[in-house]
Amino acid sequence: MVKVLIPSGALGLGYDRAALARGIGEKPDIIAIDGGSTDSGPHYLGTGTSKYARGSTKAEWRELMQARAEAGVPLIIGTAGTCGADSAVDWLVEITREIAAETGMQLKLAVLKSGQRPDAMIDALGQGKITPLKPAPEISEEVLASCSNIVALAGAEQIQAALDTGADIVIAGRTTDTAIISALPLARGCHAGGVWHGAKIGECGALATTAPNSGTILIEFDETGFTITPMGAEARATPHTVSAHMLYENSNPDILYEPGGHLDVSRSNYKALDGRRVRVTGSEWVVSDRYTVKLEGARLAGFQTVSLVTVRDPRYVANIRAWCDDIVKKATEKARARVGEGFEIDLRLIGLDATLGDLDTAAKVGTEVGVLGMVTAPTEALSREVAKVLNPYLLHHPLTEEEEMPTFAFPFSPPEVNRGAVYEFCLNHVLELDNPMDAFALSVEELGA
Amino acid sequence: MSRLGDIAVKVRSKNAGPFWLTVDIFCGTPEVFAQVCASVTSMRVASLFKADPSVVDRYEMASLNVLKLSLPRPATQGTRQDRDMHGASFAALVAELDV
Repeated sequence: MVKVLIPSGALGLGYDRAALARGIGEKPDIIAIDGGSTDSGPHYLGTGTSKYARGSTKAEWRELMQARAEAGVPLIIGTAGTCGADSAVDWLVEITREIAAETGMQLKLAVLKSGQRPDAMIDALGQGKITPLKPAPEISEEVLASCSNIVALAGAEQIQAALDTGADIVIAGRTTDTAIISALPLARGCHAGGVWHGAKIGECGALATTAPNSGTILIEFDETGFTITPMGAEARATPHTVSAHMLYENSNPDILYEPGGHLDVSRSNYKALDGRRVRVTGSEWVVSDRYTVKLEGARLAGFQTVSLVTVRDPRYVANIRAWCDDIVKKATEKARARVGEGFEIDLRLIGLDATLGDLDTAAKVGTEVGVLGMVTAPTEALSREVAKVLNPYLLHHPLTEEEEMPTFAFPFSPPEVNRGAVYEFCLNHVLELDNPMDAFALSVEELGA
Repeated sequence: MSRLGDIAVKVRSKNAGPFWLTVDIFCGTPEVFAQVCASVTSMRVASLFKADPSVVDRYEMASLNVLKLSLPRPATQGTRQDRDMHGASFAALVAELDV
């Protein structure tokens, strides 16, 4: 049997400290926590940076490092620094060195990097080793060369290699959410279907229980399946909360693709052991004939400057769409004539349909509308210039030529805010590998020695 | 005629990666589940998202009384055209369907 303690769904999200302490008391074999995902958008992979504050990350990581020292077992984090790019891994390694120095801890640190060089990806594309998933953006050598970061999602094999170094702490770049949980129980011969299924149920911490905010759960893996036990005093896992978690952020509720195969839970059996623990058996792991890892890439998509104005005049509110359409047309013409080409002006109507756009079938105006102006351009200078051309229209544009010049509400000065570089995800592909470690780099260092 | 949001326990939408959106309709009882499965056709959902019906994946999960629908995102997450980074607001569109 292998016990994996999962403190929370992600480092930086917080957890119930009593639940973590209870988990350490259960004598886990490993502590595993996720460090991120793509869910916060392309900025983080594009820039190779973390979403969470350094101070919050350091405070939580310090607690986990101390819990690890107390338990005397490995601590592993996957997708370090939100995106798992090499620079985000370096960021967390630096934080780890600081904590070790400040606390006098002595430990062995293994670092697994997932970053991919664009030229190596261009070679792989040429060799037919990169294949699209559904739906995949078109890719080319140019697209790959333009990525600021490309990462491959490590699976259990690469994490096992990191654990095999005898490391006390493993900091991994991009991994699948499940690999950090599945690696050790798979290495110790637990039931593969049960391991991957338990890892998927556990990857969001207590989200698969009745008390999602309690964070910490313990999963016990064995020869036939797994058992989930929430560590929060009030948290309960039920067959419903556990089986429903396969739906979460997963397009297919029965199948989960991982490097080297896929999990099939269509014949899984969920049994309540008591009021708060659930036992799952019957999950299947199907080995694939090719070993592939998923790729994620982000590249520059231009520069953005945004403006915000609020409109309260009832006649303008009633005619807000026509007002905005006229502004986009006139500002676009003027900016083309005076500052340059290649930009886009988009006005989003907050209070009408800013969230759903033309999909909204129930949009109606209230007493006021916020107009969010978004200018996207190939250079930062052009995005600012166009926003400044747009500015007088947002402030004073009249509905008709005959009326006195109106004035609308800018909440701040200047009304335009430079958002800098914006990024886009540009890969939904897999990379075929002859050897799982081919696309990954593993290094080891001693801290506090 | 009632609205889906009024008879379902919960309608939830989330990203499933940057390129997919997944909608989970928790129906609560077998009766509501049967009614929802019969009424919320993949064709209707495709039309709601201005998508081709062939790209909508459908999972009728009787053991959970859940109808799950997955489709490519209306705009890829985080692109200039995207309006909702986490995709959770699309649930409102589905909840407003008449059933």
